[in-house]
Formats: sequence, structure tokens, C-alpha cells
Amino acid sequence: MQRFILGKKNFITIISAILIITAFTSKLAFDNIDIFVWLLAIASILGVLPIAIQAYQALKVKVVSIDVLVTIAVIGAFVIKNYEESAIVTFLFLFGAFLEQRTLNKTRSAIKELTEMAPENALKLMENGEFEEVEVDEVDVGDVLLVKTGAKVPVDGTVLTGEGHINEASITGESVPVNKKQDSGVYAGTILENGTIQIRADRVGEDTTFGKIIELVEEAQDSKSEAERFIDRFSKYYTPIVLLLAIIVWLISRDIELAITILVLGCPGALVIGVPVSNVAGIGNGARHGILLKGSEVIQDFSRVDTIVFDKTGTLTIGNPKVAETEVYVDNVDEVLGYLASVESESDHPLANAIVEHIGKTKIYPVENTNVVKGGGIVAYVEGQRVAVGNVSLMEQENVTLNEKVRADITRFEENGNSLVLTSINGILQLLIGIRDQIRPGVKAELQRLKKLGVKNLVVLSGDNQSTVDLVAKELGLTEAHGHMLPEDKANRIDELQRKGHIVAFVGDGVNDSPSLALAKIGIAMGSGTDVAIETSDVVLMNSDIGRLPHALGLTKATANNMRQNIFIAVGVVLVLLASVFFSEWMNMSIGMLVHEASILVVILNGMRLLRYRLSGKNRKI
Amino acid sequence: MQKATIQLETLTCPSCLQKIENAVKSLTGIEKESLKVLFNSSKVKLNFDDQKISINEIENAIKKLGYVVKKSQVKAQ
Repeated sequence: MQRFILGKKNFITIISAILIITAFTSKLAFDNIDIFVWLLAIASILGVLPIAIQAYQALKVKVVSIDVLVTIAVIGAFVIKNYEESAIVTFLFLFGAFLEQRTLNKTRSAIKELTEMAPENALKLMENGEFEEVEVDEVDVGDVLLVKTGAKVPVDGTVLTGEGHINEASITGESVPVNKKQDSGVYAGTILENGTIQIRADRVGEDTTFGKIIELVEEAQDSKSEAERFIDRFSKYYTPIVLLLAIIVWLISRDIELAITILVLGCPGALVIGVPVSNVAGIGNGARHGILLKGSEVIQDFSRVDTIVFDKTGTLTIGNPKVAETEVYVDNVDEVLGYLASVESESDHPLANAIVEHIGKTKIYPVENTNVVKGGGIVAYVEGQRVAVGNVSLMEQENVTLNEKVRADITRFEENGNSLVLTSINGILQLLIGIRDQIRPGVKAELQRLKKLGVKNLVVLSGDNQSTVDLVAKELGLTEAHGHMLPEDKANRIDELQRKGHIVAFVGDGVNDSPSLALAKIGIAMGSGTDVAIETSDVVLMNSDIGRLPHALGLTKATANNMRQNIFIAVGVVLVLLASVFFSEWMNMSIGMLVHEASILVVILNGMRLLRYRLSGKNRKI
Repeated sequence: MQKATIQLETLTCPSCLQKIENAVKSLTGIEKESLKVLFNSSKVKLNFDDQKISINEIENAIKKLGYVVKKSQVKAQ
């Protein structure tokens, strides 16, 4: 019976609305007070039923909930025969709850979309040798699964047979399909766009990368900051205190009307719901844009960040070195370039790739006796001639003479931030090539946005050589740049900055930088979510685009602001209502309930704004 | 010990959390520290001793408060 009534809450709300409207029509149009009173009495009884049941259940487990306050207030109004108040208050309370549920669902929608991307079924190889559809929970590690075109990969696994392209946007945020063949790793929640593959399950359920992401986001949306925990503790005592206050007022003034009005006005609704609503909407917006924020504490901290440390120049550069400068010391350039390209084609070193790419189409000679000199370069024979390609120390080993002009060129190239590649043939220097990395397009603008958002210090701590780091720093206008840093140097530097009172965010790839990620107030892991990164960091940027960083920072600032606004609205409303009970004539139960429900909707709607948050002045697609 | 995740229909009032928390805590066989009622994801997470209590009994305690249990997952720990 109880469950039946609770299940029909929306229906009851509608009936109660109809009864109230009819009652007022009969009073105003037909001047019929009897019908008016009767209808309102029925509306009150009907409306209070679900509230009273909830109140009773709450009391049974020793909780003085809002339902308890409202039930007592309505019964009080009924006793003093103020049916108008009791009917309207119950209706507003029920209708308010209905609207709350609808709007709350909206604020949670972003995260729900994410969790609904979780795979549900899998085609599992059964003992009879056939594939059968089973629930994803029934898949164990080691099972063989079939994934067809258009289907979701159900677990993390390895491709056994078949080939296809997989859209890994749910894991990496990158929607360009990735080719997968035998022995490739595949991730749960990604979509096979073409082809058919059989995979072996390596990790299932919550252990998969996708499972971890979902769990992280779900925990994050319900994690609580210090302020929220305070509100929670506070609200545990708040409702009983309101009840007590009402009783005291009644005992002193003998005014039931006043006492029950206090009960209604004292409801804490907007206060307890305001902060969680901002939190869930902010985290939801982030999740939609490939930014995982681990909870409201992180949001508070990140919003106050004043120093951002990048773990390497590679985050800011393309990571794809290109030939920037060349000096030629001989006349037969084409022949030399042909030799060089032929030798470098033997190597997959990034610098060699840059050179081959730079030279482009040329005559390729057969290469013999290739010898890779560790930390030096390559020595090989082309058409019987000894060709050495590498750095200065390789040239010294080869007894190549470097005259003064060459030495001056080398110094200049180094100052420009180049890595050097020299080429000699039979011990005579032919070419000097300077290769350097390019700044990623857009990075400068992104860093500018960060500065606009109040970040004062932009720091690079890199393992690269100092001149490379300086060059990047100069071009991007960084405040501080250190090269030759080992992971522990980075951690020490972060510690130093934090002791100076800076709030530091560290942006790293999470593989070898976990000490720094953990040490910095905010650890930001970039790139496709590796497990370590997900676990040790506070913020995960799903793909390695630093363009997400300004959005992330702006979003946390907006979310933190939003929470403050909501607390302000909630506290303000309660104070104004309570004050007006004592100092004004117009306040009554119905108006109180109306204002109260309205304030709840206002904080939810305010929180919902965060779902649409976008960094202003940003016209690129995010 | 078994680890249970119970998915409820959308929770709307934060005081629901307190109700569910108190109700589940009062059951025997529940690891009290492990109990988490998540407001936004509308989930109850807890560890329980399946020798002393069944998942159905826990579900019923929540249902009796008037909340709809959508589904629950139990995993051995």
C-alpha cells in the first residue's frame, strides 16, 4: 500500500492541483465556501499521504527529514482548519519534488551519457565452438570473443585473428579510427568501425581502462569537499533544530500558525542540494570534453592555481623534429645527399627520419656494412666509400677535421636550439644539418588563455638540453625553463615552488613522472589514459592536446564560482524567510513553501548552466 | 566478504541518503565503514558478509523506505 501511494506520487500531484483549482473557482466564481473547504481538505489529505509515509520511514531510521517537518506543518494547519494553507503547501512540495527530479536528471545527463557507453553484451566462444551472445558480466579473463563491424569491444583484450579499424574516442578522445590487427591491444567501450576481429579477454569489467574511467567519474561526482562535509554535518542537526525551534515558539506564543510556518520555512533544501548540483554539472561538462576531474576538492584547488609546470618540451612542441638549418662544405651536394638519404633510410631514429623526409626524392644507393655507433650515429659503406653520419663525437672518432668555420657554424646551430647531424665521407666533412622541434600550432594562444585565467607562472622542467628548452621558453614567453632535469629534480623544483606559497599544477604524461604528479597540488595527466596516470593524477586530459587545459581551468573556476553562488542563494533565502516571519505581515506557509521550492529550482538551474560552459573567445571546436 | 553495488532509481533529496544510510547500517552483517550512498550516481556501495545476510535482505531494507532498486551487482572479494 505504501509503495503504491509513493509510486503514484505524480498522479496525486495532478489530482491535488485539479482539486485546488476547482476549489478556488467555486469560491471566486460561485461564492461557494462549503465546496471550497471540502475540496481543499480532500486535496490536503491526499497530498500529505506520500509525504507522511516518507516522514514515517525516515523517523523509523531516526532521521528528521524535510518530510517530517512538512508533515507536521500540514497536520498543524489542518488542525487549525486552515485547509487553504495545508492544500497549497502539500501541492507545492510534491510539485517541487517532481521538478527537482526532472532538472536534476538534466544536470546528471552528461555523466550518464558516458556511463551508457559501457558495453553490455559480448559474443563469447562457447564449448561447442560457436559464438553466443552473453552479458558482459559473464565474460572472464581468457575468454575468446568475436567483435563484429559496428559493435562495441566488450573488454580490454588482444586481437587473435582478423583486422579492422577501431574508433577509440571513448578512451583517447581521438576520433580518427586506429588500425588493429593480430596482437594489437583493444579497449573496452571502443567501437569497431569496419572489419571483424576475434579477441582474447585480458581485463574485464571494472578492471578495464574504460571501467576505471567510469568508476573515477562516478566517484568524483559524489566526492565531497571540506565545505560540503560541513554542510552535511550541519544539515543533520539543522532539521531537528528547526523542529525544536517551532515547538519552543509554539509553547511560548501559543500560536500554531506561527510555529508551523517556521517548520516550512526552515526546510534546508537549497542548501544541501546546491553544491552537489554544481559539482555534478561541472564534472559532467569536463567528461564531455575529455577532461576528467576527480571530485570537488580538485575543482576547488585547480580553480586557484597560479603556476603550471610542464614536464617536457614535447608537450608544447610537435614532437616531430624537422631539419631547420643546413651548411654545405662541398660542391657535389646532390651526390652527398643521395649517400646521406641512403644511409639514414637504414635507421628509424627520429633525427634520421627528419633528414630522409627533408631530402625527399633522391637516388638511393645500396648500403653495406651498416654499423650503428651508440650515442654517436651510423657508419656505413656506399659504393665503397666510408660514410659517417652522426654527432660531433662521432666525427672525432672518425678523425674528421673540423676547421674554424665549421666550429663557428656548430656553435651557432646549437644556440638556435638545434640537434646536430654531421656527415663525412672518407674522413672529410661534407654537411652540417641542424634539426629542431617545432612549436605546436595554437600552443601560444592556449598559454595566453591560461595567463588570462590568472596563471602567473608557466614553467617547463625538461630532460632536454638547456638551449632547446630556452628556445621554446623564449618563443612561448614562459616564465621559467630548466633543462637537463631528472624526474627527481622536477619533483624537488615543484616542492620548492609550493613552499614559496604557489599553487602548482603539474602537467605530465604520467609514465615516469608519478612523483611530480603526486607531489603537485594538482597532478594533470595527459594522453591516452594509462592506468598509472588515472590513479595518481587529480585531472586526466584524455588526449594529449593541451588545448583542453584552458577549458579545464576555466571550467573549474566557473564551477567553484557556481558553488559559491548556490550557497549564497540558499543561505540568503533561509535567512530572509526566517526574518520575514518575525518582522513582516505578509509571510505565511504557502508563500514560504513557494519561495523555498523556487530557491531549490534556482540553484539547480544555476548549476545546469555549467553543462553549457565553454571558454569564451574560443572559436575552435572542442 | 562480498562487495555489492546497488543501483537505485534517481535520488533527488539529499536526506534520502541519510535514510538509506541509517537503514542499511542497522542491518547485521554489513561492514559499516564500507557503506557509501552516492547521491549523484544514485548508488549504494557496501561490503557484506554473505553468511549473515543476503543481498535480497539488503535490497528489501532499501525498498521498504520506498526507493526502487534497479539492479545490484555482487562480487566476491
